[in-house]
Amino acid sequence: MDPSAYIILSAILFTIGAIGVLLRRNAIVVFMSVEMMLNAANLAFVTFARMHGNLEGQVIAFFVMIVAAAEVVVGLAIIMTIFRTRRSVSIDDPSLMRN
Amino acid sequence: MSILTAAQAVLPMSDGAPAENVEPITATITAAQAGGAFPLMWLLFALPAVGAAVLLIVGRRSDRWGYLLACALPIGSFILACILLAQMMALPEADRQVTLELWNWTFAGSFDAAFALRLDPLSISFVMLITGVGSLIHIYSIGYMAEDPKRRLFFAYLNLFVAAMLLLVLADNYLLVYVGWEGVGLASYLLVGFWQYKDSAAVAAKKAFVMNRVGDVGLSLAIMLMFLTFGTVTFSDVFEAAPEASETTLTIIGLLLLLAAVGKSAQFPLQAWLLDAMEGPTPVSALIHAATMVTAGVYLVVRSNAIFDLSTTAISVVLAIGVITMTMGAWIACAQDEIKKSLAGSTMSQIGYMFLGAGLGPAGYVFAIFHLLMHGMFKADLFLSAGSVMHGNDDQKNMRLYGGLRVAMKVTMVAFFCGFLGISGLPPFDSWFSKDGIIDAALGVNVFAGLVALGVAGMTAFYMTRMLAMTFFGSPRWAEDQHPHESPPVMTVPMLILSIGALFGGLFFVYVAPIGEWLAPVTGYEESTPVIPEIPLKLTSLAIAIIGIALGWRKYATKDVPRVAPTNVTILTTAGRHELYGNAFNESLFMRPGQYLTRWLVWFDNRSLDGLVRGIATGIGDLGGKLRLWETGYARSYALSMLGGALLLGVVVATARWF
Repeated sequence: MDPSAYIILSAILFTIGAIGVLLRRNAIVVFMSVEMMLNAANLAFVTFARMHGNLEGQVIAFFVMIVAAAEVVVGLAIIMTIFRTRRSVSIDDPSLMRN
Repeated sequence: MSILTAAQAVLPMSDGAPAENVEPITATITAAQAGGAFPLMWLLFALPAVGAAVLLIVGRRSDRWGYLLACALPIGSFILACILLAQMMALPEADRQVTLELWNWTFAGSFDAAFALRLDPLSISFVMLITGVGSLIHIYSIGYMAEDPKRRLFFAYLNLFVAAMLLLVLADNYLLVYVGWEGVGLASYLLVGFWQYKDSAAVAAKKAFVMNRVGDVGLSLAIMLMFLTFGTVTFSDVFEAAPEASETTLTIIGLLLLLAAVGKSAQFPLQAWLLDAMEGPTPVSALIHAATMVTAGVYLVVRSNAIFDLSTTAISVVLAIGVITMTMGAWIACAQDEIKKSLAGSTMSQIGYMFLGAGLGPAGYVFAIFHLLMHGMFKADLFLSAGSVMHGNDDQKNMRLYGGLRVAMKVTMVAFFCGFLGISGLPPFDSWFSKDGIIDAALGVNVFAGLVALGVAGMTAFYMTRMLAMTFFGSPRWAEDQHPHESPPVMTVPMLILSIGALFGGLFFVYVAPIGEWLAPVTGYEESTPVIPEIPLKLTSLAIAIIGIALGWRKYATKDVPRVAPTNVTILTTAGRHELYGNAFNESLFMRPGQYLTRWLVWFDNRSLDGLVRGIATGIGDLGGKLRLWETGYARSYALSMLGGALLLGVVVATARWF
């Protein structure tokens, strides 16, 4: 089995995620794209762990999952609050930080 | 020779000098060892200090009784001082140096600043003068300030002054002297400017304070240099170590101490503040600017005699300053028309005599202090009488508008006349002994100085006669609404008590309690032989005094004095009226350049320093304004820049690894 296939798959997933973050306006979708990027990174970690024959990459993948879970909790809460006040989940809308 | 023998029989000839050379005090005993009232000597300055504190803290509520408390406390100090004096006279001569360490301020390495007092014949003489004359002036002030709404405050400041002055003369080390030195400076400032709603008083107070600071720098530098050289600032340790120091160091210390003394004592070249200080209430002029504070310089020089004895340069400068100021002061006193300013010139001149005495070295220290004590009495008497004259004449100060007051103010005239006898050098009154002692000693050490002193004695007699004649004799030159009246007894009684001192102080200190033998163990004494034998010298000085009086009488009592100062006068009079241009000199040499300097500094500060600071602030603000435009507020654009950054980082790392 050639591990480079997994790396390529990881790169493709990451790229799709990044494009999703940059192009989509819906906050939920952007969020999903971020998750996809994280999981692409996880896949790369696990693959490298396999290639080098140790467990460090796999351990880090677990850490990333935990951080991602925490991030989902906070992120969804923010999106919920924004939706309640502005009736919209477009991330271009709340440009209050402008200038 | 028969005239001389006759003169010897008639004129009192002794001058209070110690009979033989005396051994200096070597042993120091502590107050606890001395026993008696000595452990209580801190009360001397603590009593008036408490008075000042109570009157200032309690404030207006003490208006009704405050002045009585303020009078009682210096009198209490005076009584304690009398007890201490009696006890000290009972001690053997070699033990008359009692120290009392109250507490220690700091232990920093070898620096040991004790709050310690020292009582020896020199300081107790000062304590007697300060508390005695001070108490009388407090009592006099009850009457003088009776109409003033701020009388309680005045008494608080007077008490503060007495406390600081006592601390100055009681201190056992130079650091504590400095505390008292600054304290009297502060009290002088507050009291000269007591009527600060008058512009002239406020300016005079500021001027006195600033010019005193010039001198005080000298004292602080001298203390630092002493600590650097000797490792201590305690009197006895410094004097013991002084012979081991190099003469250059001692000269510098001596000159710095002299700078301090010159500032405080209004001697040339820091003399210009004294005449303006006469803006203060008259009791202040009597106590601070005649009897006590301005003589602190003489005290400092005599106290530091161990240093001055070892530096011929420093002591010669003391002598020169004495000679110069003596002449300047008398000159100014001859020309001023305001009674207090004329007396202030006289004070300068008399302190010049004291400096001359101190500048003679061991031959003259005793006489400097003798004259200082005599001056404290007769000049306080003269000032209080002048105050009484002003009090009875609606605060009129100009002698040209007095004339003939002998009818309206008999008691004041008697007191002033006693002061006149005390200062003008007639036998057997104060100056006959003390001033002639200085002249005698001067003729033995420095003939020129002695001859100048002899001449100035004639000027003294002249200007005193001028004052006496213009004020009390001749025809009245009063303004129409001027109704001269005698002052109340609360003012005249202190004047009369001081008059007794002005008349008989000299006799007392020569024949009853010889001042020379009393002081010599502290100051040292060396007999000096004047170039002129004693009896002809005494006759000459008497003749000069009589000539001065006769000239003054002929010019101001037998002829009419114009009510407006005549303008067609000699250049000498004009210069005297302008205080010998001391103010003009200071203004053109120090004040104007100082103003230009500050103006330039303000300009420089505005242009360059402020410009720099403001420029940096504006630049950063502008930059921020430009950078702000980058912040679009779109989360996605931030995400893009993050991605771009990450890619760039990846490219850089990859490139680095490639090579």
